[in-house]
Amino acid sequence: MGIDRREFLKIVGASAVFALGGMTIVDAIMNDNAEAAQYTPEPGALVAKQWAMVIDVRKFKTEEDYKRVINACNSIHNIPDFGESKDEVKWIWTDTFEHAFPEQQEPELMQESLKELPFLLLCNHCKNPPCVRVCPTKATFKRSDGIVMQDMHRCIGCRFCMAACPYGSRSFNWKDPRPHIKNENPDYPTRTKGVVEKCTFCVERLAKGLMPACVEASNGAILFGDITDPNSEVRKALSSNYAIRRKPELGTGPNIYYIIGGGSDNA
Amino acid sequence: MYNGGKILLGLFIFLAVVTFPFYNNVGKANVAPKPSIDTPAIQKLADKKCIESTAFMKAEHMQLLNQWRDSAVRDNSRVYVASDGKKYIISLQNTCMKCHSNKKEFCDSCHNYAGVNPYCWDCHLAPKEGK
Repeated sequence: MGIDRREFLKIVGASAVFALGGMTIVDAIMNDNAEAAQYTPEPGALVAKQWAMVIDVRKFKTEEDYKRVINACNSIHNIPDFGESKDEVKWIWTDTFEHAFPEQQEPELMQESLKELPFLLLCNHCKNPPCVRVCPTKATFKRSDGIVMQDMHRCIGCRFCMAACPYGSRSFNWKDPRPHIKNENPDYPTRTKGVVEKCTFCVERLAKGLMPACVEASNGAILFGDITDPNSEVRKALSSNYAIRRKPELGTGPNIYYIIGGGSDNA
Repeated sequence: MYNGGKILLGLFIFLAVVTFPFYNNVGKANVAPKPSIDTPAIQKLADKKCIESTAFMKAEHMQLLNQWRDSAVRDNSRVYVASDGKKYIISLQNTCMKCHSNKKEFCDSCHNYAGVNPYCWDCHLAPKEGK
């Protein structure tokens, strides 16, 4: 006599359990590739606890000096030139002392030469960045080395960060930037319409062990280093010179310092 | 049945129009694309294989690219250690596309077939292809 109903159900149940168990093993083998993979930082990458920049404004003499630094950044990061200030995308730019340091106006005490100087401005990579706090998608975030980064893949273009930034360091892409880039750098992406962008302290260059482009182009007028390391170039420069920061009273902890006096050529 | 002829004619026309896509494509099965891997950079490789097995790349390249971007942009880990131990710099433009410099024949052939339009190329620059 053949198997009865009870026997049949037992066999079906047992084989179902066996088949499901088998599938997980097959799955585990199939997906092995993805799990074996690992991600590591580049071996020659520059590391710091808190990156900071020191701009020695005394070393910028001519218009050319500013242009060279700004062009170095613009050309490698595919920054478009729309030709109109309302659409402008800026990572590093210049403005007057009066606009850059509105709280530090002491006209009687200030050197005449300083008043007329344009100041190089860029993202301050704040210690306590308001843009990060307000970003609803976490597209703007702070890395462990203090760089305030913008994840273009996550930016939804809400521009809360632009409203929060007290330095005007962020730009919105109102138009497709591609047609407005003179010479595309094939090694760096462009941006798309509808995202916010800003200076990133050249994270892609730091990962390769290179200094930021503006630092390299400045011929020593801009220093870059770890502000938490007492032996770093930036700390040495700051200990012997008088430096100011933009709007420190707001508590954002800007990490761009401007040397305006002191040191050897103290006026 | 009043106006039976007209109704039947109407029904016939309706069915003919609705089923048009079906009988129009009978016997014209769409040929699956064959992405070309014939580029100068790949020809130069001694061992012509991608960073992971072909089957894995076919099925999972989008997940891998997602992991890559999170790793590079958010964790600052820009080196991918493949399952065979080889290391690759994480970059769509500078690693993937340096080998697969024929975007039209490689990426687009499948993407067009499957009807997917990844927006990678809104920002990342595709390699300049010789015309």
